[in-house]
Amino acid sequence: MDPIKEKIQSKSKETRQELTGKVLSYSAMLLILLVVLSIFVFVASKGVATFTQNHASLKDFFFTTDWSPTAKGKDGRPLVGALPMIAGSFGVTFLAVLFATPFAVGTALYMTEIASKRGRNFLQSVTELLVGIPSVVYGFIGLNVVVPFVRSHFGGSGYGILSGAFVLFVMVLPTVTSLTVDSLRAVPGYYKSASLALGATEWQTIYKVILRAALPGILTAIIFGMARAFGEALAVQMVIGNATLMPKGLLSASSTLTSVLTMGIGNTVMGTVGNNALWSLALVLLLMSLVFNLLVKWIGRKGRF
Amino acid sequence: MNPKTINKFALNTIKVIAGLVVIILAFLIGRILIQGVPHISWHFLTSPSQEFVSGGGISYQLFNSFYLLVLTLLISFPISLGAGIFLSEYAPKNWLTEILRMSIEILSSLPSVVVGLFGFLLFVVQFKLGFSIIAGAIALTFFNLPLLTSNVEQALNSVSDLQREAGMALGLSKWRTVIKVIIPEALPGIVTGIVLGAGRVFGEAAALIYTAGQSASTIDFTNWNPFNAASPLNWSRPAETLAVHIWKINSEGIMPDAAAVSAGTSAVLIIVVLIFNLSARYLGNKLYRKFTAAGK
Repeated sequence: MDPIKEKIQSKSKETRQELTGKVLSYSAMLLILLVVLSIFVFVASKGVATFTQNHASLKDFFFTTDWSPTAKGKDGRPLVGALPMIAGSFGVTFLAVLFATPFAVGTALYMTEIASKRGRNFLQSVTELLVGIPSVVYGFIGLNVVVPFVRSHFGGSGYGILSGAFVLFVMVLPTVTSLTVDSLRAVPGYYKSASLALGATEWQTIYKVILRAALPGILTAIIFGMARAFGEALAVQMVIGNATLMPKGLLSASSTLTSVLTMGIGNTVMGTVGNNALWSLALVLLLMSLVFNLLVKWIGRKGRF
Repeated sequence: MNPKTINKFALNTIKVIAGLVVIILAFLIGRILIQGVPHISWHFLTSPSQEFVSGGGISYQLFNSFYLLVLTLLISFPISLGAGIFLSEYAPKNWLTEILRMSIEILSSLPSVVVGLFGFLLFVVQFKLGFSIIAGAIALTFFNLPLLTSNVEQALNSVSDLQREAGMALGLSKWRTVIKVIIPEALPGIVTGIVLGAGRVFGEAAALIYTAGQSASTIDFTNWNPFNAASPLNWSRPAETLAVHIWKINSEGIMPDAAAVSAGTSAVLIIVVLIFNLSARYLGNKLYRKFTAAGK
């Protein structure tokens, strides 16, 4: 064949390189998608088995408080009342975020509105370090500092929702802070200038203009903090007391979805009711993290300005 | 109260809050270091742990942590580089890309316990790998992938489009432009992300309890054949890491010096993470000078 014709009609070196590149990058992306899908499929298929194979009732799971999956209730169905764990998880999450939000917003305001560049960088590294501390170390400090503190100042054994919330408070603080900083930065500078030009004080500007404008972003930050608190396992497990009882107050030993999972999976046999019931808890965790994600998306869509 | 007083009061409150956060961090780091550093000695770092008597060290756990970290990065870096290139350079603007992006966000917000349990279900039970380093490394990969991917994407996005146009104008393929021009310029950002991710991976425990296991099998540091069961490089042995060790001795440890050992281990963990954090910035700057014309 004519060499020139061949050269024009066949694929060039560049085209082949491009193809290799596309194949590599597309397959990497697909692999990640596959991982996410299979996490959902696997955990869901295991988690649903409690209700399909072992015939536990979905209503009992969410609304009763007897958690002993290997035993059977009067109606012959396994006792899988997960309400204590669900209540524990939500309890520590809400309390932790309740403590953390004022601190996070205050720190973020300091970083964006008051501090010099140096102070801002310093606080930036402080939050980065707080993120960097491993969760078991938080748990260890919780055991040695928070639990004795709660015991001597609030009473009880020291183990319970309050201690869990104190530990989680420090853990979600950097997450909420850095996301709040991002949303405060995104407020257009002329909002602030306009407010100050009208004669408002700095605080009036912050309170009436900047915080209002950044509200969707701050809510997103809080929800991310909640997601982190809800899914945190070991630090909470170490300080919450691990009793699968309905929490009687903030000071009684209780448990969360994650703590029961970490304690239980190793002690049950694959495929038994006890094990399947734990996978149902994992499924609840998975679905909650999906809910938090959707909430963030929804706020993002509502609050765009 | 007039607005000026309120203003002063509010601004001062904000300052106090920021100060409190700094104090909390200082207290945490100080407490860990003061409690733990006195326990760190050469003996502590180089002798195996003990279950029933005091005087145990953390040599196996220390080695396992680093080995797991290296394996995790070896697996997760190529994947997240590919995915990051896809998102930044190739991704069409359509619903499919939206779904891909969302799946990464979901993966990054999944509780690490759930990721660990999935690893347990798929690799330890289904593929019969047993509690092993490789199962742990894969679980940590899942945990690390979303962060690393979005980090690569951001780093690539921050490179000016002029560079891409220049590459194209020279007749390079898009892929070659990315590999030879864009990535070298984005490298500081990518490396910073890898090292920060490494710090996170190093301290992760929840994803490892049921994948890499909770026992440190005996390692023979003179045997470097990866297929021998006692070799440090063997990836099918169960491997307890530093973070898992802290959790384990605090929940069921019975050695008399459990508190001291966990304080020492915590201090080692924190020091390593601090080193990762500091070197992330240093390395980033240094690489930037080396791979671009900025330093010449």
